[in-house]
Amino acid sequence: MPRVVKSREEFEGEIFESLVLVEGKDLPLPAAGTEFSEIGRSRRRVDGVQRVTGRARYTQDVYLPGMLYVRVLRSPYPRARVRRIDTKKAEKLPGVRGVLHRFNAPKAAFRGEETIFREEVRFVGDEVAAVAADDEQTAVEALRLIEVDYELLPHVVDLEEAIGDMAPRLDTDGNVAEAATHKRGDAKRALKEADFVVDATYRTSTQVHNSLETHGAVAAWDGEQLTVYESTQHTFGVRQGLRTALKLPFSKIRVLCDYMGGGFGSKGGAGKYSIIASLFSMQLGRPVRCVLTREEENIAAGNRSATLQQFRIGGKAGRITAIEHTSWANVGQGRWVANPTGPTNTLYDIANLSSKSYKVVTNAGSLAAFRAPGYVEGTFALESAVDELAEKMGVDPLTLRRKHAGSPKDPMSGKKYSDKHLLECYRIGAAEIGWQRRRSGGIRGSAPHRRRGIGMATQIWGGGGGPPAYATVHVNPDGTVVLTAGTQDIGTGTRTVLAQICADELGVDLDAMQVRIGDTDHPYGPISAGSVTTASMGPAVRIAARDAKEQLLGAAAGVLETPKAELRLEGGAIVSKGARTPLGEILSKVENNTVIGRGARHPNDPDLSQRTFGAHFAEVEVDVHTGEITVEHIVAVHDIGRIVNPTTARSQVEGGVLQALGFALSEERFLDRATGRVMNANLENYKVPTVKDVPAKITVKFVDRPDRKANNLGIKGLGEPPIIPTAAAIANAVANATGARVRHAPLTRARVLEALAVAGARS
Amino acid sequence: MLRGPGATDVALTVNGESVTVHGAPRRTLLDTLRETLALTGTKKVCDEGTCGACTVLVDGRPVYSCMTLAVACEGKSIETIEGIAKDGELHPVQRAFIDADAFQCGFCTPGQIMSIVALLRENAGPTEDDVRRAVAGNLCRCGAYPNIVKAGVSAGKRR
Repeated sequence: MPRVVKSREEFEGEIFESLVLVEGKDLPLPAAGTEFSEIGRSRRRVDGVQRVTGRARYTQDVYLPGMLYVRVLRSPYPRARVRRIDTKKAEKLPGVRGVLHRFNAPKAAFRGEETIFREEVRFVGDEVAAVAADDEQTAVEALRLIEVDYELLPHVVDLEEAIGDMAPRLDTDGNVAEAATHKRGDAKRALKEADFVVDATYRTSTQVHNSLETHGAVAAWDGEQLTVYESTQHTFGVRQGLRTALKLPFSKIRVLCDYMGGGFGSKGGAGKYSIIASLFSMQLGRPVRCVLTREEENIAAGNRSATLQQFRIGGKAGRITAIEHTSWANVGQGRWVANPTGPTNTLYDIANLSSKSYKVVTNAGSLAAFRAPGYVEGTFALESAVDELAEKMGVDPLTLRRKHAGSPKDPMSGKKYSDKHLLECYRIGAAEIGWQRRRSGGIRGSAPHRRRGIGMATQIWGGGGGPPAYATVHVNPDGTVVLTAGTQDIGTGTRTVLAQICADELGVDLDAMQVRIGDTDHPYGPISAGSVTTASMGPAVRIAARDAKEQLLGAAAGVLETPKAELRLEGGAIVSKGARTPLGEILSKVENNTVIGRGARHPNDPDLSQRTFGAHFAEVEVDVHTGEITVEHIVAVHDIGRIVNPTTARSQVEGGVLQALGFALSEERFLDRATGRVMNANLENYKVPTVKDVPAKITVKFVDRPDRKANNLGIKGLGEPPIIPTAAAIANAVANATGARVRHAPLTRARVLEALAVAGARS
Repeated sequence: MLRGPGATDVALTVNGESVTVHGAPRRTLLDTLRETLALTGTKKVCDEGTCGACTVLVDGRPVYSCMTLAVACEGKSIETIEGIAKDGELHPVQRAFIDADAFQCGFCTPGQIMSIVALLRENAGPTEDDVRRAVAGNLCRCGAYPNIVKAGVSAGKRR
């Protein structure tokens, strides 16, 4: 019988309390010394063949008979009132089937607004109208024929300009709103009493996700049911968004996402494109496709906020005694802020702390969660500031961190961690990079004008996961197994690790397994974000597999006329006193049937704080003539509980490091202040790392100890941790190599040269 | 032959089969493959020649199919990701990608694989640097590059 229980989980730095439905009892952790058949073993991805043959079907690959193509007319102005729209010429173009805009579109609630086409457009790229046509080229031509009368309004796109007094006020309360504060001890007094104080301002630029598959949806209304294929990290979130916008019951909406080409946080729910495609499909009775172009992806599909962060950090007697951290983030037209003060509040055991986080609205595209939102930006500042303090105090920066990194308690909530091996991460990382080679002031590099240095930085993140998450395991009469869950595989290897957990618990071979995910007709699965997927889904899958196994053993006991207690399920066969009978043979003895096991994720211990920890070490060379940074070696060490698949885990870390390398060195959206336009809304001028930017060496290490108090598998998440500390580790290595402190990410050559000039002037 | 401005027939060989497609002269090879021939393994990511996801082989040479017009391929042989496995056996590069875990979301994978397939025909035993050069025009946002390079080198060794 399902029952309601209280649950308390962390998600992307926030704590959520809720009631959830669970069934049955949770399983205990596998006993120490358990010999796993699948868990902890490197396995090839179960969907590898589909992905390398081009057969994997992504949203972009869905072409339905009679399908119409949508293109969206977007505001060319950062702020304007749409006074009049004339679509007569567009509608006359042969092949145009429909036009939607604010004067004719049905009301469709979206993120707190009543309509998807605003009267006041608020960034370059804001939706003004949409055309559905027989083919894409016709839709593009029709957009040019739409005449819009705009009344231009004063705008501001730049973070620091928006904070100032001269900026136009975009919200009635002004542009700046306090989003989060935290205080413990007395930071002001401790800073006054400190022997050393660093007072520094850090900046991070806007990073754009640029998932290779752009945001998009294909909607098909058949008069009874709306089927939406969408590139998403959360099919159930899309269903919720469509229900709110279209006022349809859940039973009439089905959202599908078989394969998806990257999201990195930006594909968390329905977009305006999903609603536009659905509205057209319901009006016109034909399938409708609305897939964004690369330019639209850059201007209207989310980004990581630019930040301005002020730090005052004080030290005394070899310890950090106080931190004051104030952050402002440019959220564009977003309604929330990814909080950069999260790591400051929780990473180190520091007695006196005061932090404030402000949300700043501007006439730029909205932020969207981007792989460890807030934490990437905040950790760059925090971990740079800690190094600057260590330098001033004349102490080793790793030694200084060790004094504050060992606490078993979350300094913000006071709760004990379920597990923590951060000092072990430091030990492994220092040995791998050769920390003892680090010299204050760096060393000579491979040429006289090249300096070499080593730096490091720490990461804290959630990733404990929690309910609600459900799975079912179907066992067919031939002994094959289908695991069904409402989760998604966004490239992390979800299908593979869940298949491993299921096969392991059930006692079947991995190749007997099929995993079906990405469908709202499946049991509910959480958003594939916040590094929660494996830790939320895995324990539910294990329970479902155990449930199926118990039923299978019961069936086998009947067929073999042997007591259930004498039977085991191993390698797809029932084992009884040394005799093996394949599962299919047992089940074929009874009439057609499907054995169905069910599992639910049980809540976390509310008195514990589930966190992941890690440290990255970087060795770099800096060309002091050109400002070019060459990252020679990154060592990434993570404490994320038990590793389910070492191969896919390693790939996750390498990927996180490389995406962080973009944030650290090259990725930066340029907005023109005068026109509000993104000047590099493409993959040519927005610099995503290429194969040539990969460091010569990336060393990946895991503590790999089950977090015994986290869940029934002792596992935690890994998607986000490896993107968090890389930029700070590189900035600290650059400072070690050259004495130049670059306080603005990305550390472009211009910024490095400028910092070198400042450092040179000082010495 | 003078073509256009209206739709025109173009004869191509795609994955060894002769096909005649009918379309506007401005239609790209990429759209022709994906929409006319339903070969959706080749991906559209930028549609302006900056990412390499749409890489296919034209007469054995890797090209960005978004920057190539279908009419310009009259009489030429096109190979796509769907055509490189033979008799139900994966191409060595495909196998190497699976073995080296050389993809995450998989969206750039067809383009990466086609670039390396072309490389191996010129150079059966490529070094890491050779592979890097071959896929320098193929972006991967998940950061699978280290494993892509490993896959390219090992595919050379196993051929």
